[in-house]
Amino acid sequence: MTVVIGCGAGFSGDRTDAAVPLVETLLTYDTPCALMFETLGERTLAAAQLRRIEDPQSGDEPLLEAFLSPVLGDCLSANITVLGNFGAANPEAAQRRVAALARTSRFPEVKLGVVSGDDVRDRLETLEWSAWEGERRELPSGSSVVAANVYLGAESLVEALQRQAQVVITGRVADPALALAPLCHHHNWALDDWDRLAAGALAGHLIECGAQVTGGYFADPAFKDVPDLAELGYPIVEVERSGRLVVTKPPGTGGMVTEQTVREQLLYEIHDPSVYITPDVVLDLTHVEIRQVGRDRVVVSGVRGRPRPETLKTTISFLDGFQGEAEISYAGPNALARARLAREILQQRLTKRCPPDLRSRFDLIGVSSVFDGDSEAWRGASAGAVDDVRLRLAVEHEQREVVELATQELLALYCCGPAGGGGVRRYHKPRLKTASYLVSREQVHPKVTIYQGDSIYE
Amino acid sequence: MSSERLTLHHFAHARAGDKGDRLNLAVFVYQPDHYAWLLEQLTEERVATLFSHRGVTQVRRYPMPNLHGINLVLDDVLQGGVNGSLNLDGHGKTLSFMLLSMLVERPALTVTC
Repeated sequence: MTVVIGCGAGFSGDRTDAAVPLVETLLTYDTPCALMFETLGERTLAAAQLRRIEDPQSGDEPLLEAFLSPVLGDCLSANITVLGNFGAANPEAAQRRVAALARTSRFPEVKLGVVSGDDVRDRLETLEWSAWEGERRELPSGSSVVAANVYLGAESLVEALQRQAQVVITGRVADPALALAPLCHHHNWALDDWDRLAAGALAGHLIECGAQVTGGYFADPAFKDVPDLAELGYPIVEVERSGRLVVTKPPGTGGMVTEQTVREQLLYEIHDPSVYITPDVVLDLTHVEIRQVGRDRVVVSGVRGRPRPETLKTTISFLDGFQGEAEISYAGPNALARARLAREILQQRLTKRCPPDLRSRFDLIGVSSVFDGDSEAWRGASAGAVDDVRLRLAVEHEQREVVELATQELLALYCCGPAGGGGVRRYHKPRLKTASYLVSREQVHPKVTIYQGDSIYE
Repeated sequence: MSSERLTLHHFAHARAGDKGDRLNLAVFVYQPDHYAWLLEQLTEERVATLFSHRGVTQVRRYPMPNLHGINLVLDDVLQGGVNGSLNLDGHGKTLSFMLLSMLVERPALTVTC
């Protein structure tokens, strides 16, 4: 038997119409199918928690209806399980919204599984923490912490499926768990069958960024051309009980699945490829083979699994100072010289007006920005004729007033700076930072609640 | 052997990913028989030099012969990462193409048009 998983979103800002061709294709399989949505980046959850602090009814994925409403009715009709971490900081709020959507799709009796227990913000002081990978940061102080969430594994999601959930709503889980759970459920994989779990987690890893495995984030004209990026097909993975897996995409959609697109995604966000740690299994990718077996069909084999870790990664988000950005443009004759003069003036003004612990950097956009360090040591494109230069100032300080004072100095260049400056923009925001730690597994208590529509079912 | 220097971009493709202040750059040759050449060109030292202006503190290289590629893991190159960086691209997503801008010796047996 084969189990088929589609991924309808790879991040919170993803295309909201991508799941439609996926579900049309899933409907053609005569085998268990699931549709996953991965919408929770490292900081997305903290932003959601901030929204929940302002409004206790919110804190879940804002685009939930946009992602789900085009496909939920079809999925429920055809027994296609839907799994998503769109619960973010408030899985119960997402449950109410999914229940409402299901009612409008004429499925008021829908069973919804809600996974909680990832949120440990209230237990920061009592849990025992250790360092994650190379990070050395002290645990942030309680008052600044916005969110603290453990990356849960597939186990609770499997439990929800065993208890008949048709839609599984989670907060923070390891992204691959959204695919691994239906694979374990339908294939009856034991939770210590490490090679099978590794194959399932790899299936999830390959599709959890959506189109990044089907030609998205890949095109480099004349070097790596990708057809019809405006209509990219999102990924489907077919997984046999043995763990053999094929990555593909809906027919008639844009993009492509090739050995090249798959290998780029295989190592995406991977550190040591022989030790890819997930909550459910540790993967060894060093013997993975990738083979094209047909148009938009790539077989991935050879992954090996080792026992799951005894600790779980926890990401803590905290407020730490303020960030300000401001930009101004210079164009036409001598634009670069005028932009450089503006930068020089600004540097002098910030030195005079702002405290010495203000962190700042300057970019000359159109000349050098994203490749450079904060000290501008690189300036790769320092020579040549440039006729459209945008000077960008970025600053950080613990006090908002200092940040606003600094960016106001860029604004003042309108009257006090070089000739012909224009198009000033200023932005200010609190800085939301994250740090990761490890917590032992037995200190974490995931919980599954099954709802029928709006009521707790069991 | 020709000593002509071209950018790595002619021979390889790459993708960047970030976790915290740690960046990975997965780089793959287009032609499998360039893999040994890639290993010669992309030493940890050369990568560290390329990113020295970003404050990189460590480069670790994981050869992946099964993929005709290398996974490079760079520490502290994101100057605070997506949270703490003042750079427009706090994730370091564009840095895959900084790696591909590295000047390399042309592979000895390349067949190019």
